[in-house]
Amino acid sequence: MTVSALLSVEDVAVDLPTPRGNLRAVDHVDLSVAAGQTLGIVGESGCGKTMLSRAILQLLPKQARLAGRVLFDGQDLLRLSARALRKLRARSLAVVFQDPMTSLNPVLTVGTQLMETLREHLALDHSAARARSIALLAEVGIPAPEQRLTQYPHELSGGMRQRVAIAIALSCEPRLLIADEPTTALDVTIQAQILDLLAREQRRRHMAMILITHDLGVVAGRTDEVAVMYAGRVVERAPTPKLFKRMRMPYTQALLAAIPRLDAPPHAPLPAISGRPPDPTRPLEGCSFSPRCRHAGPRCHREKPVLRDLEEADHHYACFNPLKIAAGLGS
Amino acid sequence: MLGFLARRLLYLVPVLLAVSLLTFLIASLLPGDLAYVILGDQATPEKVAALRHDMGLDQPIWWRYLGWLGHVLEGDLGRSFRTGQTVLQAVSERLPVSIELMLLAEGIGLLVGVPLAIACAARAGGAFDRFVTGTAFGMLSVPTFLSAILLIYLFAVELHLLPATGYVPLAEDPLANLRFFVLPALTLGLAEWPTIMRVLRSDMIATLQEDYVALARAKGLTPWRILFVHALKPSSLTLVTVTGINIGRLIGGAVIVESIFALPGIGRLIVGAIYTRDLVILQGAVLLVAAGFVVVNVIVDMLYAVLDPRIRHGHA
Amino acid sequence: MATLELGIRDKVVVAPARERSRGLGLLFWAAIAWIVIIFAVAILADLLPLPSPTDMDMLEKRAAFSAAHWLGTDGLGRDELARLIFGARSSLVVGLCAPVIGVVIGGALGVLAGYFRGRFETLVVGSQDVLLAFPPLILALAVTAYLGQSIFNLTLILGVLGIPAFTRVARAATLALSRREFVIAAQALGATHARILLRELLPNVLLPLTAFFLVGVAITIVGEGALSFLGLGVPPPEPSWGSMIGEGRESLDIAPRLAFLPAIAMFLSVLSFNLVGDRLRALTDPRQGTL
Repeated sequence: MTVSALLSVEDVAVDLPTPRGNLRAVDHVDLSVAAGQTLGIVGESGCGKTMLSRAILQLLPKQARLAGRVLFDGQDLLRLSARALRKLRARSLAVVFQDPMTSLNPVLTVGTQLMETLREHLALDHSAARARSIALLAEVGIPAPEQRLTQYPHELSGGMRQRVAIAIALSCEPRLLIADEPTTALDVTIQAQILDLLAREQRRRHMAMILITHDLGVVAGRTDEVAVMYAGRVVERAPTPKLFKRMRMPYTQALLAAIPRLDAPPHAPLPAISGRPPDPTRPLEGCSFSPRCRHAGPRCHREKPVLRDLEEADHHYACFNPLKIAAGLGS
Repeated sequence: MLGFLARRLLYLVPVLLAVSLLTFLIASLLPGDLAYVILGDQATPEKVAALRHDMGLDQPIWWRYLGWLGHVLEGDLGRSFRTGQTVLQAVSERLPVSIELMLLAEGIGLLVGVPLAIACAARAGGAFDRFVTGTAFGMLSVPTFLSAILLIYLFAVELHLLPATGYVPLAEDPLANLRFFVLPALTLGLAEWPTIMRVLRSDMIATLQEDYVALARAKGLTPWRILFVHALKPSSLTLVTVTGINIGRLIGGAVIVESIFALPGIGRLIVGAIYTRDLVILQGAVLLVAAGFVVVNVIVDMLYAVLDPRIRHGHA
Repeated sequence: MATLELGIRDKVVVAPARERSRGLGLLFWAAIAWIVIIFAVAILADLLPLPSPTDMDMLEKRAAFSAAHWLGTDGLGRDELARLIFGARSSLVVGLCAPVIGVVIGGALGVLAGYFRGRFETLVVGSQDVLLAFPPLILALAVTAYLGQSIFNLTLILGVLGIPAFTRVARAATLALSRREFVIAAQALGATHARILLRELLPNVLLPLTAFFLVGVAITIVGEGALSFLGLGVPPPEPSWGSMIGEGRESLDIAPRLAFLPAIAMFLSVLSFNLVGDRLRALTDPRQGTL
């Protein structure tokens, strides 16, 4: 954890009471993002990555219990008053949700949803906000931005809606942007465009970014550091090139192998990971991945491995039987 | 959008025809010979037969229905044998009273129900919410005439603050007029607010869990703005339906309140017509009330398009 | 038609954690207790050691509570407690029999409409929209004024007026169910319509219908009460809570208890049936639960 970290997640745990018992969605996670850096969080559905992003944004459901610290610029977000937190939003912390069809209000125009943030946080008057909104829409690559202001979300295509959502997120020049599966709900052809847009804006504004996805391919080349999550925990964390060249967690390798490849022979079976993630209301004694792991040993079933940087200072993993071979994109 | 409207209006025609048919049947098939009733003491078999022939009562029923319907479509709903007034005159005399009562009652219902619903939804599950929801449920079990009696006892008998019965036209003396309307409007309003509250609260709780509300919070908007601008509008569809139907229902349906508080509204007109066997008034007034209700419903449907732009563009 | 849409609109309400029904609760059992009590006294009314509810004693008009008359007497010297108990009988007879008409006819129509769809459904729903356009009290008044006041006529008209509501409930339930796999599976296996209706759909529709039946009882008690209040319901001298309230209205200034005793009885009964019906509805369809 570098001293200059913009965002520092320390020992965060999120518990949700459910009829079937307590659900531990996030299990003692430590992360950090430095200013201007991109962190990728990768994991299957249900691994806790969305809950983690909600915890950082302080948008958890009312019944959720949050433990640990979330430090933004040295301030503990959990200790902030509601008013101070609200002031922090949009200007420091912004978010883009997965599905723009549901994250944009269907009965308000694009213009309203864009301008209200500007007027709330930057105290712009109507015409200034309007001018700025048009400029923002143009920046994110939306043609005919003036007409868009009076349109409703359902009148736009999926890709354009997500661009609008990005414009809203960027409108007050946030210092950290959390993109929670920003392309999952979009056509494959649009995905690359949106990701490029995010990367470009991030560079331009020297913004820190957290890119959450289930697809390891998305984070390759677009992030500075990657954290792999499984069953509520971070199981491997390293700078991106190092992760891909020398991954240690069998789970990370399995994730990588599960990505369909263009150059694989036709009808080659997709190496899916057998089994299912554990039931979060019934945590396992040993490593959560052990029931599905090919390399699992007796210790793996008994003891929970701790995230540690055993070999190099910035490469953390939680495994008793890490991969020793250099696993790159080629294997 | 035009297609949507056109279809709705087309649906109106068979419904209105059916309403007119049912009205006519009810009035005509009721036992009690109209001619006897009119002639009263002077009824002799010859006079009855003559009068029946004059009034066309010896024609087959479908013929009479078509004749009546023809007159209706020309705007002639008939003239009362008792009072000599045309139906339209009688109804238009009473309409302002019923409308005033309906507007005041629904207004009270909304004034109480909407803020309570928003407050409950904002803190759903809390003590205030449970208290208000429980009270609303209890109120729904109090019949209108019961709350009327209670209010009369409280305000008229015990406190002598308000009159128990009576009416003065609005144009004559607005203040007195409103004094007479307070108790009746309150009685009806007390019956209206629980449904309004429950419906809006339920929709708002669902809306507050939507992603776009989470994003609105993430944008750092004030809680007021989130509640009133982001959450209220998408939640108000069912409320508009319910209010619209209530308004339609109340115009002819406030019979009990009008009777108890002696307000000369349409409900009392119809009840009076039932007693005095004034079938012309009965037929005509009931037709107007029922048809009005149907039309109000269609208007409510069309309001959907205004509130939800998705329906406007055919994306329901 | 706005009324058409309301029944099928599926509103998913996710209840916040604390609102989830924790079983049946104290209020529910209190309501059941009250219902049992009024049933018991209504059925056993003749056997109870009460003065006759119709015996007038002009010397004891509006008497206060006493040993001879536990709850005093009304404006014509009749025993208040006896009238309350026999009034329960009137209200319950009408209150139970009328919704039976509604649930049998309305339920059948609704299930058939929801299952067969098409023009039959449009016809059923359309004709009910027509019926619903008329103020129900007016219809009831017209019928009782012309056909004569009797418990039978009263039950009949209130029953018929309840048909549209039951149709809507049955149709909504059937629509939701007929899209489910077990119906499609039965059809694929070649089951006849009758068999599907009786064996698959009806048992599942019975639950929401029963819950609504109880609410229907509450509504009918109110309707009968309103008509009796206006003097057009249960014919005198048979007592009814509604007519007692109507008569008590005259004496509000000197003896308000004459109006309020039957009012409380009616309120508690209506509330109890509503409570039980609502709880049952919440159990059978968690999305619709409101308490």
